[in-house]
Amino acid sequence: MNLTESPIRDRIVKTIYQEAESITSRVVRRKKSVFDWDTKLDDILTSWWFGLPIMFLLLGLVFWLTIIGANYPSQLLAKILFWGQDQLSVIFQWFGAPQWLHDFFVLGVYRTVAWVVSVMLPPMAIFFPLFALLEDLGYLPRLAFNLDRLFKLAGAHGKQALTMCMGFGCNAAGVTACRIIESPRERLIAVLTNNFVPCNGRFPTLITLAFIFMGGLAGVGAASLTVAGIVMTGVAVTLLTAWFLSKTLLKGVPSTFALELSPYRLPQIGRTIIRSLLDRTVIILTRAVLVAAPAGGLVWVLANVRPGEHSILVQGAGLLQPLGKALGLDGFILLSFILGLPANEIVLPILLMSYLSVSSMVEPDNLLALKMLLVNGQGWTWLTALCTMLFSLLHFPCGTTLFTIWRETKSAKWTGLAIIIPFMVASMVCFAINWTIRTLGLI
Amino acid sequence: MVKKILLSELPVGRCGRVVSLRAKGMSRRRLLELGLVPETEIKTIRHSPLGDPTLFKFRGSLIALRREEARQVLVSLELL
Amino acid sequence: MCYSEDPEYTGAAVIALVGNPNTGKSTIFNALTGLSQHTGNWPGKTVLKAQGTYVFHGKKYVVVDLPGTYSLQSGSAEEQVAQDFLCGKRLQATVVVTDATCLERNLNLVLQVMEVTSRVIVCVNLIDEAQRKKIFIDLDCLSAELGVPVVATAARSGTGLEELKVKIEEISFKRIITNPRRLVYDPDIEEAVALIEQNLPGSVKEHFNPRWFALRLVEGNQSLLKEIEKLKWSAPCEPYRISYSGPDSKNHIPGS
Repeated sequence: MNLTESPIRDRIVKTIYQEAESITSRVVRRKKSVFDWDTKLDDILTSWWFGLPIMFLLLGLVFWLTIIGANYPSQLLAKILFWGQDQLSVIFQWFGAPQWLHDFFVLGVYRTVAWVVSVMLPPMAIFFPLFALLEDLGYLPRLAFNLDRLFKLAGAHGKQALTMCMGFGCNAAGVTACRIIESPRERLIAVLTNNFVPCNGRFPTLITLAFIFMGGLAGVGAASLTVAGIVMTGVAVTLLTAWFLSKTLLKGVPSTFALELSPYRLPQIGRTIIRSLLDRTVIILTRAVLVAAPAGGLVWVLANVRPGEHSILVQGAGLLQPLGKALGLDGFILLSFILGLPANEIVLPILLMSYLSVSSMVEPDNLLALKMLLVNGQGWTWLTALCTMLFSLLHFPCGTTLFTIWRETKSAKWTGLAIIIPFMVASMVCFAINWTIRTLGLI
Repeated sequence: MVKKILLSELPVGRCGRVVSLRAKGMSRRRLLELGLVPETEIKTIRHSPLGDPTLFKFRGSLIALRREEARQVLVSLELL
Repeated sequence: MCYSEDPEYTGAAVIALVGNPNTGKSTIFNALTGLSQHTGNWPGKTVLKAQGTYVFHGKKYVVVDLPGTYSLQSGSAEEQVAQDFLCGKRLQATVVVTDATCLERNLNLVLQVMEVTSRVIVCVNLIDEAQRKKIFIDLDCLSAELGVPVVATAARSGTGLEELKVKIEEISFKRIITNPRRLVYDPDIEEAVALIEQNLPGSVKEHFNPRWFALRLVEGNQSLLKEIEKLKWSAPCEPYRISYSGPDSKNHIPGS
């Protein structure tokens, strides 16, 4: 006999609920409340007319505040950390350390870490607390309620909307959040598609390229629209891939979906900010730094060891050139994405380092200099930029996220697929766009 | 007069009473544990902007159910 | 149960926190243990059980925060975690955290927990939210109805936490003995439960609340049968085969 169909179970549950009901009726008194905030807020936030527009506006506001707000502290941090680099150099010289040792540690390891911290910390320190405030208010279940239809059509779980949002902050955090999805099939779908939304490590790359190539240096609006368009593409690819997975590898019917829309609560702003900083920001940053440090050293070695005429970096890029070209990129770009596996924020620095063929990473001091380097020096077009942005959006999860996926699934197969599926998707999208634009002679 | 309908057909703003569950297995269990036992008063609050899921109020809380789940619940509706 | 071997537990009172999702359980946990995880307002954050300690009146308490659940028996993974833990005999007290703004749904869980263990404290949390929404709860009446201590808290501002700690102490060291309300089911179910309860072997009675165990057998819970296997009881298998003549006689105890 199957327990789940036991009529006795039904009767037992009914007795318990009726008892709860009768106790409540004796214990609880309600005054018809003067003004029901919850209902009023829900009337707006989940309404037919305003539900979705307000959702886009709210998320847009969070992104906008993150991008704008992170800029200044990011520059300040960069200044401080690169001042630290000079001091470090002095110390190395004082000890009389050999030049290569100094270059490896200071120009390789330290510089990469400094770059990652200055690029990653400010946006995370703004994004996570903002997101936590929305969380504490009780908005996230409403967001899942608004978007569930799309996820249902894709054969996925409504709560994937929540994990997707977490992914905007950090895909590793998004993957961990997938625990809230009860059904293993839908949880895997959410895990495998989480990296299709750009995380904070990739936003800087997207924003920089959008500013240079899409809007011109003055057109902030056009650039913002481009970034927004990329984000929407990411959401669309998430849904399409989820749909594809639920028709092939992860076949099955959507599981029971019941989502409680918990009452709104006034967030305790101060405490929320501090806790989300401590919990999420610091932990994720620590992890990223631990990955970026050895990666920085490795990249330095690759750029400086010359088995033949060129460094390993240059030779590797040569090998990847044909594939890169087919995808609308070039060998250096592809190599940077591969070397940037440990952390997405080092992709652009690695690319610039290879382009300049100097022995350490540089951050061009202004966007105009960067544009000159890419367009005049390397023959980038807006198509190169578009393909690079799309590849950045879709490629494969960073090392931290992959480790998290492995920890959550305990499976080499699914971790492997978490690399292969996005890589295939990214390649197909970039190839298709590159081929179409070139065939149509639009460039 | 009392009419029996599926919960998914209960119009927004109307109240009904749970008559029985049509679901089997795990999904029956989950609906039961949410408190959808016979006699439970339930009200349709609103549909999601995209039409599905639908928000219901019962036993003092707001719970969203997809159409597939709501179709598993039979409710009685008092006709005026 | 494996957790009794955790060195953290030696000489400490073990307290479990259970509750529906999103009742502020994690906030209570943080407030008791001084840990500061961020707690959002959405159901399902605590998926794995968290653990922390505090000292009160010179005694050490280990608090285990269990995943939020609407019920102990709907069969999902997190509910299994909660259920397994509550059944353990090592537990000195169980705090059921409830949301004052929707008490009815929460009482369902309270009643279920009281079937597993009698050492229960009901924490009516978010009492400030309830006041704001003009919902008034007669705490003395609730305590009388349930037969266990009831504490009102507003964990975010710290209200009621001291009283909660006092109640936990009193229950843990048996300074007050509770008298939990006993649910009475339909007569045929009660008859079957009584019959099974009498015939449960001693080893099962040692590990589980006999009435609770019998109820689960009556509704046909198969995972518990495996639990019996684990206990390797030597008694004859008779209790498996008891059947009774109720309206649902085809749903007699499985396992034969």
